Amino acid sequence: MDFEIGSGVDKAVNYVLDNYSPALDVIATAIGFVTSGILNLLSAIPMPVGIAIFVVLSLWRVGFGFALFTGLALWLVQHMGLWAATMETLALVIASTFLAMIIGLPLGIAMARKDTVAAAVRPVLDLMQTMPAFVYLIPAAMFFGLGAVPGTIATVIFAMPPVVRLTNLGIRQVHGEFIEAGQAFGCTPSQLLFKVQLPNALPSIMAGINQTIMLSLSMVVIASMIGAGGIGNTVLTGIQRLDVGTGFEGGLAVVILAVILDRITQSLGKEGVGLRRFLVWKPAESKVPQPRTATSS
Amino acid sequence: MAMTTETDGTAKAGTPKISLKSVFKVFGERPEKALELYRSGKSKAEVHAETGNSIGVLDASFDVYPGEIFVIMGLSGSGKSTLLRLLNRLIDPTSGSIAIDGEDITRMSRRELIELRRRDISMVFQSFALLPNRTVLNNAAFGLEVAGMGDAERHRKARAALEAVGLAGYADSRPDQLSGGMKQRVGLARALASEPTILLMDEAFSALDPLIRTEMQDELVRLQSEHSRTIVFVSHDLDEAMRIGDRICIMQDGAVIQVGTPDEIVMNPANDYIRSFFRNVDVSQVFKAGDVARQTQVTIIERQGVSAAAALERMKNYDRDYAIILGRDKTYHGMVSQASLIEKVRARDADPYRSAFIRDVEAIPADEPLSNVLGRVASSPWPVPVVDQRNRYVGSISKSALLETLDRAG
Repeated sequence: MDFEIGSGVDKAVNYVLDNYSPALDVIATAIGFVTSGILNLLSAIPMPVGIAIFVVLSLWRVGFGFALFTGLALWLVQHMGLWAATMETLALVIASTFLAMIIGLPLGIAMARKDTVAAAVRPVLDLMQTMPAFVYLIPAAMFFGLGAVPGTIATVIFAMPPVVRLTNLGIRQVHGEFIEAGQAFGCTPSQLLFKVQLPNALPSIMAGINQTIMLSLSMVVIASMIGAGGIGNTVLTGIQRLDVGTGFEGGLAVVILAVILDRITQSLGKEGVGLRRFLVWKPAESKVPQPRTATSS
Repeated sequence: MAMTTETDGTAKAGTPKISLKSVFKVFGERPEKALELYRSGKSKAEVHAETGNSIGVLDASFDVYPGEIFVIMGLSGSGKSTLLRLLNRLIDPTSGSIAIDGEDITRMSRRELIELRRRDISMVFQSFALLPNRTVLNNAAFGLEVAGMGDAERHRKARAALEAVGLAGYADSRPDQLSGGMKQRVGLARALASEPTILLMDEAFSALDPLIRTEMQDELVRLQSEHSRTIVFVSHDLDEAMRIGDRICIMQDGAVIQVGTPDEIVMNPANDYIRSFFRNVDVSQVFKAGDVARQTQVTIIERQGVSAAAALERMKNYDRDYAIILGRDKTYHGMVSQASLIEKVRARDADPYRSAFIRDVEAIPADEPLSNVLGRVASSPWPVPVVDQRNRYVGSISKSALLETLDRAG
């Protein structure tokens, strides 16, 4: 038997394009809103303040040595004239990760709760991860034109699987006795999810988010081929002109951003209380005298 | 042989708190089919071979009465933990009825069941199951939080529960900062905070080292004495069962083999399986002094104006060196030796018994655990008298009687 898979896919894409362009416009507007919002915010921050924020984050979450590295590395990025491009890339990474989490976390939770959902979603995730990244660029560009929006969409598709998988895994790995305890004390299914399963799955979920951020960064560079912008443009220029120096500069900026993002996000998921400590840092410090006043009353 | 049966009378009073009638739990694909086969006379193993289903709990029927500590005892795989989880329906039974306060929980909706768990039943787990992301206080308040109680009130109740288990100062610690025994105290506080009428305890102290385990058992009995709840306690440790249980239910291969007080089970084990448990059990923990005391000694009733010569004659006749002197109402007065009595009679003492009393003899209360009096009986040259709460003579424990009792363990 002889049939053409390629022409079938072409037809499907054309069909969507012909019949669903209003829906595509809505998606494009929504994603464009998120992406440009984050981009405007980041580019509004003056360079020295930006560097200072990263250095303080590194110092607090990781340590003095890493803070020193962050400061020097970002100064180098600025010196190469890539600060604006780096912030643009960071904005795309944040937007993509944000969208990947919005879709990926509920999907992961659904997979953990129903085996049938897990069985249906798993092959799709496999496909998303193994399909060469460039392949996403073509339909993304066809549906949404050129620019940051199709770049973000292609990135979300490529980077989402880890957060879905690790959310599912994390929830499934919560110890059976915790689940029993939750049920025995009268949890409804949603209380069980929010009070028992998610808090205990947090380290695994954070590892998933970290992986998603890393994959986003690598994809954002590739997405510069469809005009996503950022450091990817510098790398692309280097390739097109066979300019090793420019290419290397762009590559170095990507590596620096990757290392900083990785270390900082890893520190958030290092332990179950990592995120909590991050969110409620101040009250934790004033904890010591509290029991005395409470027990004396 | 005298037996203390006071636990019997009080425990069985009133209507049952929990009542199981012919409860089955079948694990596997087609439980009804397996149940049908079993009812048609096939054995557990045959049912498993034919359907692949295993029968976890097999025709369990018993009642648990308000205020008692009911221990479900059996080796691992005997279905005791499954049986416990049927009581709050963490596991749904395949057939049979489970009534709590007369209401069949197997017919309850999900919503009613959640209410029941929030209001009436809480549970303590073998590996504590404290949520690591919460403080001790928030762990203790978990059940109340889930039930929708406001911050201030649930923290107050949780603090009271922590205080009851002796952990008031640890409210803001995290579970991983506590030792095993302390963690289980938090587990206990969490279960007590909602003031349930039923407490389910699944091998609650098995993960603790022996010293802490004993301490926690004492703590549980103390809490029970302050505020009586119905406690169903699963254990694989017969010593623990004997120590804290008002009644014990022994399970084997999913079936309930015997239900009775510790005494009843030690005295009349239903089969060899139960008998085999006692090889390792410390009988001295099970028996009270009153159980071992025997009325084999010569007793003399002290009467004014009656000569001690008759008493001496009886001692000679029975060939006894010692005699117990009692009042008319059987109250214990003292103990005399033949030699000392002869001496006082010859000296024409006005009150020969009183002056002939052996000084060092001290009567043992009948409800004293045997383990506490082993030393005294073993080192005493004469049989040690045992008295009840009103100082009436129950009997005495001789060295030979003691050895005979301990020998039953071997």
